[in-house]
Amino acid sequence: MLKGRHLLDPMDFTTLEIDEVLELGGQISKNPEKFSNACQGKILATLFYEPSTRTRFSFEAAMLRLGGQVIGFSEPNSSSVAKGESIADTIRTIACYADIAVMRHPKEGAPRVAAQYSTIPVINAGDGGHQHPTQTLTDLLTIKSLKDNLSNLTIGLCGDLKFGRTVHSLIKAMSRYENNKFVLISPKELKVPDYIKKEVLQKNNIEFIEVERMEDVIERLDILYMTRVQRERFFNEEEYLRLKDSYILDKAKLKKAKEDMIVLHPLPRVNEIAVEVDEDKRAKYFEQAKYGMFVRMALIMKLLGVEVC
Amino acid sequence: MLTVNSIKNGVVIDHIKAGLGIKIFKMLELDKIESAVCLLMNVSSEKLGKKDIIKIENVVDLDFRILGILDPNITINVIKDEVLVEKKKFELPERVENVLSCKNPRCVTSIEKYIDHVFYLVDKEKGEYRCMYCDEIYALSEV
Ligand SMILES: [Zn+2]
Repeated sequence: MLKGRHLLDPMDFTTLEIDEVLELGGQISKNPEKFSNACQGKILATLFYEPSTRTRFSFEAAMLRLGGQVIGFSEPNSSSVAKGESIADTIRTIACYADIAVMRHPKEGAPRVAAQYSTIPVINAGDGGHQHPTQTLTDLLTIKSLKDNLSNLTIGLCGDLKFGRTVHSLIKAMSRYENNKFVLISPKELKVPDYIKKEVLQKNNIEFIEVERMEDVIERLDILYMTRVQRERFFNEEEYLRLKDSYILDKAKLKKAKEDMIVLHPLPRVNEIAVEVDEDKRAKYFEQAKYGMFVRMALIMKLLGVEVC
Repeated sequence: MLTVNSIKNGVVIDHIKAGLGIKIFKMLELDKIESAVCLLMNVSSEKLGKKDIIKIENVVDLDFRILGILDPNITINVIKDEVLVEKKKFELPERVENVLSCKNPRCVTSIEKYIDHVFYLVDKEKGEYRCMYCDEIYALSEV
């Protein structure tokens, strides 16, 4: 039962519980109208201590499409937070007004503090560079919907694999399903941290390889998950110039890819995917944003314990 | 040479890294107990060069587990009728509250001062703890 629970870390839920959310998310994506009154009379509070328009819109749209309503702030300067109110007091007050809360905070662990004092479910919508569990759920629902399942896949992750929390969470999450393989594509300075390799991949005997160039491996992939590589992440300009083109997905590189490969990206994209790729049928990153809303709808319903017959 | 009488009944906390004695004194709140307590600092030691020692008379039931977090080399000798009856070994506790504080400047504990600092043991051998809030790993060897 997910009713009344919090979602702070993508690993808070068992695979069974995640499957439950994805199952409902899948149903919603096929027939969203059916759920348009599911949360009538319910209120979602969005507590955004730092701006993130995209994530906030996704949650707000999700609640509105369920027939519920939304309150909250997106600029802490203009709220009681600016007067120095503690997270504990903010959430205890909000819990009097709303049925469920979403929190985005620049400090790591802030939603966990909120959860400790909250009588309503708290969803972590990103805490610094720490966790962003609804992005992981988004990725899982997208993969499940477009590839029919979450097993037997070769997943290429490309870009900044060192600092990208979405990448780490996705590796952890997909490692829990059978027979997935990982192809980790990054400059050597931005490789996946050792603890992920040791504690997640090697410990569970999961096949993975690490390479620097996308062109060498793209034909093997079922999924290509792109992330941003920022120029300032490189140690020297020479290295950046040598590698920069190999991390930009364009039509030429896609030629070698499988016909049914899917290209994902947590968005916003800067220049790691050439605009010409958008029209390719394998480009699924905008669809992914839509699944993000559907999975949030499912999550809100599950945590509130509402059902549609 | 400074001499301190050996105790009849009580506890001797020995092999404390020099300088840590005062910290342990405060952690165990020894300033608040009624018994005779003695903190020896910078005693010469073959093993450590210099060490601190704490002797507490007529008390044996303090929670010493916490000391392993500061320095696993510390030894605790329980003395009864001038005889050493027990040498306690340390087991690192699974959860420690308000003993370690999170060093991660991005951690929520850096701004919300009222919350407890909670750490969970993740690696017994290496003595590693993880902050409950930000997951930052904290190795005891770094203390
Ligand atoms: Zn922390």
